[in-house]
Amino acid sequence: MAVEASRTSGILPASAPAPTAASSLPRYPALWLLALFLLILPAFGSDFVLIQLFGWTFILGMIALSLMFLGGYGGMVSLVQMTVAGCAGYMVAIFGTSAVAEISLGWPWWLAVVVAIVIATLFGTLSGALSVRTEGIYTIMITLAIASAFFYFTLQNYSIFNGFSGFNAVRVPQVFGIDWRAAVPFYYLTLFWAVIAYLAVVYVSRSPFGLALQGTRDNARRMEALGFNVTAHRIAAYAFASVIAAVAGVLLVWHGGQISPGTAGVGPVVDILIIAVAGGMSRPIGPFIGALIYVLLRTFALDVMEAVGLDGKRFQLLVGVGFLLIVLFSPDGVLGLWQRWHRRFLAPAAPPARGGVR
Amino acid sequence: MPANVAERLSAVGTANALELRGVTRLFGALAALVDITLTVRPGERRAVLGSNGAGKTTLFNCITGDFPASSGTIRFFSEDVTHFPPHERIRRGLRRTYQISALFTGLTVLDNVYLACCGISRGRFSLLRPRRNDALVASAENLIQAVHLAGVRDQLVSELSHGQQRQLEIALALAGAPRFILFDEPAAGLSPTERSELVEILTSLPAHIGYIVIEHDMDVALRVVESVTMMHNGRIFKEGRPEEIESDPEVQELYLGGGHHG
Ligand SMILES: Nc1ncnc2c1ncn2[C@@H]1O[C@H](COP(=O)(O)OP(=O)(O)OP(=O)(O)O)[C@@H](O)[C@H]1O
Ligand SMILES: [Mg+2]
Repeated sequence: MAVEASRTSGILPASAPAPTAASSLPRYPALWLLALFLLILPAFGSDFVLIQLFGWTFILGMIALSLMFLGGYGGMVSLVQMTVAGCAGYMVAIFGTSAVAEISLGWPWWLAVVVAIVIATLFGTLSGALSVRTEGIYTIMITLAIASAFFYFTLQNYSIFNGFSGFNAVRVPQVFGIDWRAAVPFYYLTLFWAVIAYLAVVYVSRSPFGLALQGTRDNARRMEALGFNVTAHRIAAYAFASVIAAVAGVLLVWHGGQISPGTAGVGPVVDILIIAVAGGMSRPIGPFIGALIYVLLRTFALDVMEAVGLDGKRFQLLVGVGFLLIVLFSPDGVLGLWQRWHRRFLAPAAPPARGGVR
Repeated sequence: MPANVAERLSAVGTANALELRGVTRLFGALAALVDITLTVRPGERRAVLGSNGAGKTTLFNCITGDFPASSGTIRFFSEDVTHFPPHERIRRGLRRTYQISALFTGLTVLDNVYLACCGISRGRFSLLRPRRNDALVASAENLIQAVHLAGVRDQLVSELSHGQQRQLEIALALAGAPRFILFDEPAAGLSPTERSELVEILTSLPAHIGYIVIEHDMDVALRVVESVTMMHNGRIFKEGRPEEIESDPEVQELYLGGGHHG
């Protein structure tokens, strides 16, 4: 499933010798099998599998995808993506309805959602504008500082963010007579938006905007000499990534039904980085692979630890060791492992992958 | 915008393409350029010669804004661009190539040239992939033809030979509607055949496009320019027509014959 993502077929699909999107699909039966599996999963998966495993995977995957877009294509490691999602979640709770009736404004759900996405996107874009003139470790530090500031602000502000307890009973709306809170509809809702976000990133990576973003990653000075305003381009990339993170943030608050400062605390903020790196930053599918592994580890590590007679409270250790092993064995995460394996056993004569990314 | 275009068109006839006044560039204590004053007419083709470290590349970097001048003013078709970022200068019709190829090696030849065409168009922020008859793609294909790279259009740049990469460098500088181009040692490392191809590409540029070419090889330089500027230790040492420079005893002493005497 990792193979089709962002391969470069030249900007002109019709005339390029490499397979076009249409002709490449039959070459990757794994993709079709995966799509089929995800579509019919509700037929046999339990509510727990649908919501706690896959729904959560899709949401975290989207947030990590927004980081992959910035990091993989733009060379900008932003730690603010979880915070953008948290911001959107808070806005849904504040403008829409929650158990905290003194604060929540009770706007119609669609208006609250649109306003939430707009505000979170503005927040993410502004964070980008503050950080794009820096490189490498400094980008990480600035975005981490913004994320921490948001965390402490929500923790200490009671008039808007309701402090430590945040908001609960943030309900998924009923639309078209469907109760989207129920497991199957909510599963399809998250699947739908994850697929949309994934396809959008794949598509945009080959558009002039996406190509230019990869150009700024590889040689910013040359991009200036070609007439590109590198700073503006990077800020626009933050805006694009923020929309994805914001949509995920709306789903996130609906998924848990609540939001509090801890939702976008430093722990979750770093988790998103771990998910993206462990999954692989070179293709848009990587973050979803990383998210699935993360969710599985988080969900089952405790049982595994207790099964082998260890203290279950130390399950975080297993999560950490798992990700450490992945990154140790493959700098490009699971994607890198998969590609190496694929090259060695399945396509020994195939030319090296033409990466749109690195 | 139309007023702006009209302004620029009228400016072509009257103003100088480039006008440098007292341009100095410091790197810490090192003065890489000292008080450079230089004018180049529209359509003029000039060579800049000088030994290693003379400041030739630094001169280009100041003109494009890659490294802004420490002091002095730079006018491009009468507009003061001294404090413009590079992309603003490029959008006004200035172009450059790099001494050490600065290409996107993970992308194909077509993608590289297409990027260059996007950079000076309004489509640079487009989220839509190009359609089959996209104008920018068409102009990218024409440029690839013009620099004799049609055969490797869809190859990754990292797979190209050195000579082909140098030709691609030139293609990137020809994108859009250039008015003035700075070529930094375009012939470096080229074979004799590739050199004559380069000469052909340079001489067949439309007459209104002026350029400055940094070139050590006098045989190449003298075939493609009408004037020469000699640089030495960050200063302009001599200016004149190619024959004058070639026969100038001081120049021969310093540069052409320098190796024998030094
Ligand atoms: N970015 C920089 N930082 C510090 N010093 C620099 C920088 N760029 C150039 N210099 C110095 O400025 C002087 C002029 O360098 P420049 O590259 O302009 O020479 P050049 O004439 O292009 O030489 P060459 O023929 O070797 O290309 C040299 O002494 C060089 O070391
Ligand atoms: Mg040089």
